[in-house]
Amino acid sequence: MLLLSPVNVLKDLLLKFFSADTTNYFIWPLIQIGLVVTLVALWVAYATYLERKISAFIQARLGPMRVGPWGLLQPIADGLKLLTKEDFIPEKADRWIFFFAPYIAVASAFIVFSVIPFGPDWAVIADVNIGLLLVLAVSSVGVLALILAGWSSNSKYALLGGLRSSAQMVSYEVAMGLSLIGALMFSRTLSLSGIVTAQGSDSIWYVLYQPAGFLIFLVSGIAENNRAPFDLPEAESELVAGFHTEYSGMRWSLFFMAEYAAMVVVTAVATTVYLGGWYFPFVNRLVGVNYNLYVLVCVLVFLVKASIILYVYFWLRWTLPRFRYDQLMDIGWKWLIPSALINIVLTGFAVFLVQALNGWRGIRTIEALDNGLNLTATGKGVMIAIGIVGVFITGVLLARINWRSRDFNLKTQRRNIKLINLPKGKPARAA
Amino acid sequence: MHQVEIATTQETLLDSPEMVLNMGPQHPSTHGVLRVVLRLDGETVMDLDCDIGYLHRGMEKIAENRMYTMIAPYWDRLDYIAAVSNGLVWVETVEQMMGLDVPPRAHYVRTILTEFNRIASHLLWLATHALDIGAVTVLLWALREREEILKIFERQFGARLTCHAWRVGGMPNDTYDEFHKDVKQFVNNFPKRLDEYETVLSENRIWLSRTVGIGVITAEDAIAIGLSGPALRGSGVAWDVRKSRPYAAYADMDFDIPVGENGDTYDRYLVRLEEMRQSRRIIDQALENLPDGPVNAKLPKIVKPPVGDYYHSIEGPKGEIGCYLVSDGTAQPWRVRVRPPSFINLQALRQMCIGHLVADVVAIIGTLDIVLGEIDR
Repeated sequence: MLLLSPVNVLKDLLLKFFSADTTNYFIWPLIQIGLVVTLVALWVAYATYLERKISAFIQARLGPMRVGPWGLLQPIADGLKLLTKEDFIPEKADRWIFFFAPYIAVASAFIVFSVIPFGPDWAVIADVNIGLLLVLAVSSVGVLALILAGWSSNSKYALLGGLRSSAQMVSYEVAMGLSLIGALMFSRTLSLSGIVTAQGSDSIWYVLYQPAGFLIFLVSGIAENNRAPFDLPEAESELVAGFHTEYSGMRWSLFFMAEYAAMVVVTAVATTVYLGGWYFPFVNRLVGVNYNLYVLVCVLVFLVKASIILYVYFWLRWTLPRFRYDQLMDIGWKWLIPSALINIVLTGFAVFLVQALNGWRGIRTIEALDNGLNLTATGKGVMIAIGIVGVFITGVLLARINWRSRDFNLKTQRRNIKLINLPKGKPARAA
Repeated sequence: MHQVEIATTQETLLDSPEMVLNMGPQHPSTHGVLRVVLRLDGETVMDLDCDIGYLHRGMEKIAENRMYTMIAPYWDRLDYIAAVSNGLVWVETVEQMMGLDVPPRAHYVRTILTEFNRIASHLLWLATHALDIGAVTVLLWALREREEILKIFERQFGARLTCHAWRVGGMPNDTYDEFHKDVKQFVNNFPKRLDEYETVLSENRIWLSRTVGIGVITAEDAIAIGLSGPALRGSGVAWDVRKSRPYAAYADMDFDIPVGENGDTYDRYLVRLEEMRQSRRIIDQALENLPDGPVNAKLPKIVKPPVGDYYHSIEGPKGEIGCYLVSDGTAQPWRVRVRPPSFINLQALRQMCIGHLVADVVAIIGTLDIVLGEIDR
């Protein structure tokens, strides 16, 4: 059992040298942090590999194949290459800001991992009771890095990129925060582990209660991360490379790492809040077999769920064209934020309805209230039905709001071009 | 150096609400070395000026010092994406000036291969246009089909991009053995592939919102500027040199001219897609009716057109490629002037862009389908 219980062995070893308090509150978190940073950095590196492979398969190519088997060592080779490249700072750049902007980007993306519950028990670094707020707050610091980078480069492309990113991230932050509120009404806690255990005790994934919220969160998450089709701040064909036009070498790759890490954060939050975190049917039976094995399997389940959402990210990026700046703002303010607000109202109504139904003509809808809102089968049915109907209600209301906008009826604007058929060799005339 | 008119009076970026942005000559989506100077208010384009000449090679001057047969390879480098069409305009001008009788088989093969070149050029346009708007995958899909055309070119001409395809009076050699099979295979596979692009782009909401109503130019303006090719047909003018002044074997072909309505980027996109379908149709017909016989006319020892001047034009992928030739009776032309479609189409850029956003400038440069080799010559 030594292989499956490294945690206990390590803990015993540490307790021989340090007091229990030092171990629990100082050394143990350090080990967790080191592990998470390493693993996340590796995950981020291999996310680039996966993205390149997936994009290659979409585009009828092979992708990286030369470095290692199936190009598996490509991220490491890339990292080495970037480390050895010249770290160029433009002469007229604001040196210190230019110097520190990438660190802010990476730090804000990595700090969030401290509250992400990868699994139960020792797989969480810090179970903060306002975890979700911390995630939103810290990840929104990332926009500062982009603005600073864009400003300090003293380049017009970088400046435009920085401006775009600040507008974009600030607007989508709102929709993202609002879309999460619906799920919080069920979990009744902001702690990320608490949200997962609430889903566990209700034995449901909140995506079923909150289909609209999940969709809004995913879309605004993609926009928040500056990923295609919302990758305007770095729109290659327009702004060369956007805010990191002037960056090179490792400093550039720090931005890249931050982007991927932020992406992983959003997928992790989506998994935690909507896809039941580490829970998966029948995994619970492992508790009796070996507790550490159970935790490891839970971590694995979490990673697989997050990776599936990550795949959707890649898929969208390599399929869709890019939005224009004003259209992006339209989607943020005219579609996502209203729909998030409608979702909150509908969810509030649903929660009220379920509580009102409880005890009416002997119907029992609520099982317990101590660990989130736990519903009986009847209550779940009502809630899921309202959730699905809510998607349509939201759609209809949004259509009412936006039916005048130019982009609303684009499909009917699609025309077929005329074909002018002439006998062989007859000169054509103006139509 | 050419002084661009838009001058900036601001000392720092914060002084004025307007910002002058230099797009190019090193920029991923100006399709070569075009320099566009934009005057921006926020991201809205207030004014714009093009600075060209970074790829100037003096083609027309070089032509004055070369024999008539030696000029054709230079012509391939004008619009290097449509080398076969460019080569054709030169040899046909010389042939028609001399009154040479080119055998019908040569005409038919010329028709097939210039139409192939049109498809290849349109595919590259589709690839880069989609890339500019952000759909990266279409780039590689389109290049995959272009590759098949380039393989046919390689087997026929020995080169993929700048193939010296034609000779004055016909062709250097007859088609290779499996030409018929290769062409047939392409013709059969191509419609399916085109439908694939349509599924990715034509109905795509984002694509529609990026192209519908962008870069509108009316038919009157288009004619006034002198646009030609898909840029003109997108505005609703059914003008096609293949119909109005048939050359090669086009008089025998049955094909339609796609014409847009609104003259926006989306119409031009549809027009080009439909042109690829029509090109395929022409190739199919020409291959069915491909006559046997020689591929070369009888030529004098030295090609010497009679004294005089002559203008001939063909419908290139980007528009009307013209060639005005003045001969003084010697073995070298006295003066050659090219009518470059890209150069003339580029003049519409300012009118199309003003009032749009920076992202649209990129889309409009893409929809005009310019090649800097031809603009600068």
